[in-house]
Amino acid sequence: MSITIHIPTPMRQHADGQASVQVVGTNVQTALASLGEKYPALTARIFENGQVRRFVNIYLNNEDIRYLDSLASAVKDGDELAIIPAVAGG
Amino acid sequence: MSSTFVRGLKCRLCGQTYPISATNFCTEDFGPLEVDYDYEAIADSLDRSKIELRPFNMWRYQELLPLDGEPTVGRQVGGTPLVRADRLARELGVDTLWIKNDAVNFPTLSFKDRVVAVALSKARELGLTIVGCASTGNLANSVAANAAAAGLESYILVPSDLERSKILGTSVYGAKVIGIRGTYDEVNRLCTQIAFKYGWGFVNINLRPFYAEGSKTFGFEIAEQLGWRTPRHVVCPMAGGSLIGKIQKAFNELYCIGSIEKPECKFYGAQPAGCNPISAMVKNGWDSHRPVRKPNTIAKSLAIGDPADGYFAAKVIRDSGGWAEDVTDREISEAMALLGRTEGIFAETAGGVTIAVTQKLIEQGRIPRDEEIVLCITGNGLKTQDAVADCLEEPTVIAPSLEEFSGLLTEAASPVLV
Repeated sequence: MSITIHIPTPMRQHADGQASVQVVGTNVQTALASLGEKYPALTARIFENGQVRRFVNIYLNNEDIRYLDSLASAVKDGDELAIIPAVAGG
Repeated sequence: MSSTFVRGLKCRLCGQTYPISATNFCTEDFGPLEVDYDYEAIADSLDRSKIELRPFNMWRYQELLPLDGEPTVGRQVGGTPLVRADRLARELGVDTLWIKNDAVNFPTLSFKDRVVAVALSKARELGLTIVGCASTGNLANSVAANAAAAGLESYILVPSDLERSKILGTSVYGAKVIGIRGTYDEVNRLCTQIAFKYGWGFVNINLRPFYAEGSKTFGFEIAEQLGWRTPRHVVCPMAGGSLIGKIQKAFNELYCIGSIEKPECKFYGAQPAGCNPISAMVKNGWDSHRPVRKPNTIAKSLAIGDPADGYFAAKVIRDSGGWAEDVTDREISEAMALLGRTEGIFAETAGGVTIAVTQKLIEQGRIPRDEEIVLCITGNGLKTQDAVADCLEEPTVIAPSLEEFSGLLTEAASPVLV
């Protein structure tokens, strides 16, 4: 299982400057955990007390995971996850 | 020069500070960045008499805005009327009602001209030449017009199902308008990605800390127009949820620099029932808003399902002792017509939302009938005429004949003339 996670520009310094990272996992939670194993500094920025931070949005194939099963949303080979800051618009 | 008064940017969650640049969030926790001012220095430099000597537009409060130099975009913005609305007050059964009328803001007839004036003036200071926005319509109009006047290239991204008048009112300024098959939130996400990739100045994304400050001038003007004091109640429409907090911030800043007494003002948020993430959060006591995947309302300017400032708007409402409500499309249209026939003000759908919610809050007893209320009208009804069409009578058509006209007058039940 290979999932692509797109890293936003301001987080790339914590991911060896990469724009995307390949991870493994069966759902969003385990995929992000896999990302965190490679780059622990990212975990602290994405999560707070085990929850996705208030101003971080996670998209699975362009859909906000809050409209799916949140962190429990299943992922499959070839899926793409994107981490995008939520402080925009209005 | 206001540059003396800006210390930098500061995260609203963790307090981390950053130098001034085109960025909108903290790299530690992704919290929103806000302009950090030296209020003591401002208090030493600015007072009521100094403000009163300046032209009546938004820049008379320049020290409390985040520019390094004089504004170069939107120099005529603001200075809109605060109207004493006695006829509407009578209809709603309250004593004292005011309307802050940004439906006649210059140049594009909505409060967005205030935020855009700051954002684009800042964009120029930062050396940006291409600007843009994600918009539900009013912002699109304003960015396109102000960018055109400033000679900046603009890219405007909107949901493709937006009212045609709002799209035409953007294209006319020579902007590159791109309709996105999706919701506002999807447009917004795309713009965030574009801003990262191309480094352009998106007013409500990477210029957002500066942009948002422009909304304060709506609040400064209310306080000054009331004779340097604040009302007991303010009702404000909510889309992204920023404006309501900025009005409160404006009142607090005027107090902070010694221009008004301590504000004792309750804030009420107004949303359409078809897109009510913030009012639902307030009414249900939730800790976070639950985003609305597919907004369904005639108030398209308020159709933001995942409001960036939802958390902060709910906090302002709760901490001030206010409340939030939402209203149906029918209630919105009828309220637009009510405002028109009582006060001669044609507000867009968001104005209908504000009037209808106010009516509801008064009937619920949440806003007392004997205390002063200010309603925020943020956009012009000429942009959303279809929304009110079903609530109005069709004109009566007759021959150019005095006899036929007199005949109409004798028809007591004629809807046009009663």
